[in-house]
Amino acid sequence: MLLAGAYFLLPLYAGLKFALQNDAGHFSFFAVKAIPSAQGFSAAFTLSMKLALVTVVLAMLLMVPTTIYVHLRLPRVRRIVEFITILPIVIPPIILIEGVLGSYPGWIKSSPYLLSFLYVVLAMPFVYRSLDAGLGAIDLKTLVEASRSLGGSWAQTLRRVILPNLRPALLSAMVLTLALVLGEYTMASLDLWETVPVWIVNFQQSDGHITVAASMIGLIGTWVLLTLIVSLDRSQSRRSRRKAGTT
Amino acid sequence: MTPFFVYVFLGLGIPTIALVNLAFRTHAGKLTTKNIHLVTHGVFLTGFENSIRLALISSIIPGILGVFLAYAVHTSRSNIGRRLIATASGVLANFGGINLAFIFIAALGAQGLLTVWLNAIHVNPYSHGFSIYTYYGVATVYLYFQLPLMMLVITPALAGLRPAWREAASNMGASSWRYWRHVGVPVLMPSVLGGMLLLFGSAFAAYATAAALTGGIIALTPIQIGNFLNGNVIAGQENVGYALGLGMLVVLAITMILYGMVRRRASKWLQ
Repeated sequence: MLLAGAYFLLPLYAGLKFALQNDAGHFSFFAVKAIPSAQGFSAAFTLSMKLALVTVVLAMLLMVPTTIYVHLRLPRVRRIVEFITILPIVIPPIILIEGVLGSYPGWIKSSPYLLSFLYVVLAMPFVYRSLDAGLGAIDLKTLVEASRSLGGSWAQTLRRVILPNLRPALLSAMVLTLALVLGEYTMASLDLWETVPVWIVNFQQSDGHITVAASMIGLIGTWVLLTLIVSLDRSQSRRSRRKAGTT
Repeated sequence: MTPFFVYVFLGLGIPTIALVNLAFRTHAGKLTTKNIHLVTHGVFLTGFENSIRLALISSIIPGILGVFLAYAVHTSRSNIGRRLIATASGVLANFGGINLAFIFIAALGAQGLLTVWLNAIHVNPYSHGFSIYTYYGVATVYLYFQLPLMMLVITPALAGLRPAWREAASNMGASSWRYWRHVGVPVLMPSVLGGMLLLFGSAFAAYATAAALTGGIIALTPIQIGNFLNGNVIAGQENVGYALGLGMLVVLAITMILYGMVRRRASKWLQ
């Protein structure tokens, strides 16, 4: 137990210590402060943010209607959709990007948003499972029937009834997608786009302290995002428990 | 529904079909099995062997350690500790990628903090053939996210071991050893194997961590594919990369079929 604790904590300690050191070995915030102005960082950061935004919007536009439709109308295709959404785990990013680079026409490959298009595929397992669990926790059919019989259109039902009830699941799906895009290295580096992770690797020759500081920030960011999801999941399970208690 | 299927076909179907097709073509587009022959011999075969060996090390060791750690956590009395470790495993299991690689360089690189500490007590890992930039270094880093992943996967199975079984066994005079030998281990085994297969797949397919650590010099199949995509190919072997991809797909497909089989067995006992 103690050994395991040491194994997990010591690298983080080493990373933190190295990130908060200057070349002479003294405590300093210089590396953290130097990141924003480091060569190439701001371009990489802008690109990563654009990709993240496009990916999250695209993933939601595609997966929210699909998952709702499966729950409402097509429970029989559920197994097929479940199977398809697991495939990106079996077919890893390295294979996917290889197939894409080998088959897509040049004008698509020259756009960075090809990465967003593919990240939606990579995020599918997490997005689908998260939305599926969220929809399972509410009484979707009753809600939709109530809204429709009161004269609500489909758009109104979606916007005013389903989405507000689905907020925790939506948020956790978005956060998972965001974490995936911001940390993805394989596809971005092989498609030759300098996103933040690719920049970190390319920059390591210039200054080790800045590289480690950026990595450390990346890990802390992942930690914060994922802890956020855990608390969202808790609030959702509290809600569904409450619902079960009243019926 | 249609947009979803179209999207999946474009984003997942076409690349996979293209990869399989290209694996059997020459650079000029003629049908050939030369690529397959090349990747099952020589340096590419070594790549597969190394990748599979690395994936075995990074699934068996964290697999076994993970079960014991998860059991220790599961049976501990501290409620807060249990919740804390559950959250931590969820986060750490997602800590792969390049960030982790650089943290480990800061810790165990040639000038890393731990290396310096170990040197101070006259243990130099680098003079014993260890290096974070090689095979065992990569395995050490993989352990960091594989171990929490195993703990996440196995905890539900441990929770499914009903106390009643243990009580029944001891009422009938079974020792602790006999309980584990005849009840605990047989019930847990499919879940443990399933977890290890997941770890195997994740270690076998990982590219980012190994690429960042070794700079693409280690002979692992994903790295070889990466080199191929970066344009480092010998004339006449342009399509060998696709055959490597096909080989990886075959290994991963076998892993997942085995996973499906043990999962079916596991769900027999654990609901």
